[in-house]
Amino acid sequence: MSLQIPHRDKPNGVGGATKAVILVGGASRGTRFRPLSLDVPKPLFDVAGHPIIWHCLTAIDKVPSIQEVYLIGYYDESVFRDFIKDAASEFPNLSIKYLREYQALGTAGGLYHFRDAILKGRPERIFVLNSDVCCSFPLNEMLKLFQDKDAEAVILGTRVSEDAASNFGCIVSDAHTRRVLHYVEKPESHISNLINCGVYLFSTEAIFPSIRTAIKRRADRPSRLVSYRSSENLESSFMVDDDDDDENRKNEVIRLEQDILGDMADSKQFFVYETKDFWRQIKTAGSAIPANALYLQKAWQNDSPELATPSINIIPPVYIHPSATVHPTAKLGPNVSIGPRVTIGAGARVKESIVLEDSEIKHDACVLYSIIGWNSRVGAWARVEGTPTPVGSHHTSIIKNGVKVQAITILGKECGVGDEIRVQNCVCLPFKELKRDVANEVIM
Amino acid sequence: MKALILVGGFGTRLRPLTLTMPKPLVEFGNKRMILHQIEALAAAGVTDIVLAVNYRPEIMEKYLAEYEEQFGVNITISIETEPLGTAGPLKLAEKTLRKDDSPFFVLNSDVTCEYPFAELLAFHKSHGDEGTIVVTKVEEPSKYGVIVHKPNHPTRIDRFVEKPVEFVGNRINAGIYLLNTSVLDRIELRPTSIEQETFPEMVKRGQLHSFDLEGYWMDVGQPKDFLTGTCLYLSSLTKKNSPELTPVTQPFVHGGNVLIDPSAKIGKNCRIGPNVTIGPDVVVGDGVRLQRCVLLSGSKVKDHAWVKSTIVGWNSTVGRWARLENVTVLGDDVTIGDEIYVNGGSILPHKTIKTNVDVPAIIM
Repeated sequence: MSLQIPHRDKPNGVGGATKAVILVGGASRGTRFRPLSLDVPKPLFDVAGHPIIWHCLTAIDKVPSIQEVYLIGYYDESVFRDFIKDAASEFPNLSIKYLREYQALGTAGGLYHFRDAILKGRPERIFVLNSDVCCSFPLNEMLKLFQDKDAEAVILGTRVSEDAASNFGCIVSDAHTRRVLHYVEKPESHISNLINCGVYLFSTEAIFPSIRTAIKRRADRPSRLVSYRSSENLESSFMVDDDDDDENRKNEVIRLEQDILGDMADSKQFFVYETKDFWRQIKTAGSAIPANALYLQKAWQNDSPELATPSINIIPPVYIHPSATVHPTAKLGPNVSIGPRVTIGAGARVKESIVLEDSEIKHDACVLYSIIGWNSRVGAWARVEGTPTPVGSHHTSIIKNGVKVQAITILGKECGVGDEIRVQNCVCLPFKELKRDVANEVIM
Repeated sequence: MKALILVGGFGTRLRPLTLTMPKPLVEFGNKRMILHQIEALAAAGVTDIVLAVNYRPEIMEKYLAEYEEQFGVNITISIETEPLGTAGPLKLAEKTLRKDDSPFFVLNSDVTCEYPFAELLAFHKSHGDEGTIVVTKVEEPSKYGVIVHKPNHPTRIDRFVEKPVEFVGNRINAGIYLLNTSVLDRIELRPTSIEQETFPEMVKRGQLHSFDLEGYWMDVGQPKDFLTGTCLYLSSLTKKNSPELTPVTQPFVHGGNVLIDPSAKIGKNCRIGPNVTIGPDVVVGDGVRLQRCVLLSGSKVKDHAWVKSTIVGWNSTVGRWARLENVTVLGDDVTIGDEIYVNGGSILPHKTIKTNVDVPAIIM
């Protein structure tokens, strides 16, 4: 008798297992997702009715050769326990484990730290997904390119406007062969408008030696500066304090974007799969609104049975949790997610918004381009409103009267908006009662 | 008895409403401004009314003919070919005003109050001098011209003090006068001011008295004051238990002072008031919240909209879940889209608004 794990069918004669890693970060990161991340870890925030990382798992589940998924991050062990339990029943073909970093190791450092677990069973390839992106995750297409090119690495890329490009990792590729010729994280000048989507497929034989080389180079370098690819990186790079030199050597903060991808472009069989489909970062809390819209639209195109049936008062796509109560005269949509046990009163209007669990929207209230935090209340005839950002924009702030304000209005947990009160372009921290009209403010 | 109403020019201060309707015909408390005055004058025994204007709106004549018949008065329009100020128009209309020896009333058309013409006439007769100015008491007299009485005389005017720095009194000219025909002898046919030329001269001769106005007073020549004046007018109707007001027992009436034309339609689950006037043929949808606002005839406020401190012009439409506030004025036939927010917008006639007006602005 052999100890053979039952393998699923492998199309295209693909041999060898593939694993997936989702990089989830930790509580001390993701501050830009406040005030929502004050109450829920960003990867578990509900967008289009499901946690952000659930959307990653859905894509991973569609790759037949993947059976094992690791969430790597430095949140407390307990944080993902319930999610993993639920996901196990929803994705029976996947084994999902959380690997906790004892400290932030960087995106590559975390991978390397857990190399033994990842390499167990000798997988040929690993997908690495950043949990803070929203996209259609065309993993099977990436895999096909990987095989066609006999690649060592494939990166998912997308085209953005020229002025937006330098906020991201920029890829220079050979238009014909799709080979990555050059990679720079957040360049100062314009290099390319093809950017890194934060989704990778690596050959295990290539990625771990690459990280090891980077660690070795780090250890050999006497410099106080860990990496310096641009002035942007100067600020964000890991500065080594004289006092903590040894400490930081041990820290092994190695990031894929800054420390690995550039070298891979020089020395490895590194290709880019360019997606024409949607892609957004989920960085600020406001970016949950475009992500919600894009995932709902995807579900709508796929005829997802989860979505509410369109009617005169339901403009698709709309997700309503089965336990929510929506008055028949309330008008919802497009791009609205209504969470568990939410109550929407008579004649209320909700558009381009997320209403989180246990919240109440009273009669005749109007909620536009906003996120209503858990257990919040919006009074009768109140108006909670954000401002739509231009289609294709990767920003979540806008300039109003010469001042930068949040485009999306966000109410944190257990906030209250009084009857007839107007809240416009505000971010409201948890447990606040709004009794007067407010606009363009952060309410502490 | 005779009266002259100083209408003046195009009423630019009340735009955008006056772009399509002459100011005297704009409805105030569901009644055209001029009609309030004609009605009160007729009740005081006035038979001849002169409207002093410096333009000739065709549409006025139709309404004036109607009012002539309704109240049994003669209404003539006196047109200035050049602006004659506040006194010149009296001279121009001398023929009518001298029709008999009785004194004549002079009214600024922008002023709203309870028009106590009978009491004014009785007072005027009692003092026997040439003129009486109606005065109202204000909280901040430093913004106005203040009237000072002769020492030891309760009504005879001693002098006018323009924008006093120190307190000299709080009675100001309310823009309503009763004058003997002899005053016309002292007015020349040229641009001239009754306040700055005619009255000071009468004061010198001790011929001018003041008459204290009871109740509210407001110059409603601009939108903000038009709304405030409407509140004052509705409050006075409430005080008088006017049967015109919608009873507070109606479930949708909130806080009283609500005046709804019988032809208007009100939807379910609305909350209306305080201080709302709803004109003829207005349609208010379901779940609408209205307060401190004026809906002019033929306008429509759709379901779940929220309207405060706003004048909705004739035949205009306010979309579902729209929110209008902060002295927003919609001209004739304006459309505000669904879910749109307008903060202090002045919207010119026939415009359709599809994006928010976040800060006060004139939308051409």
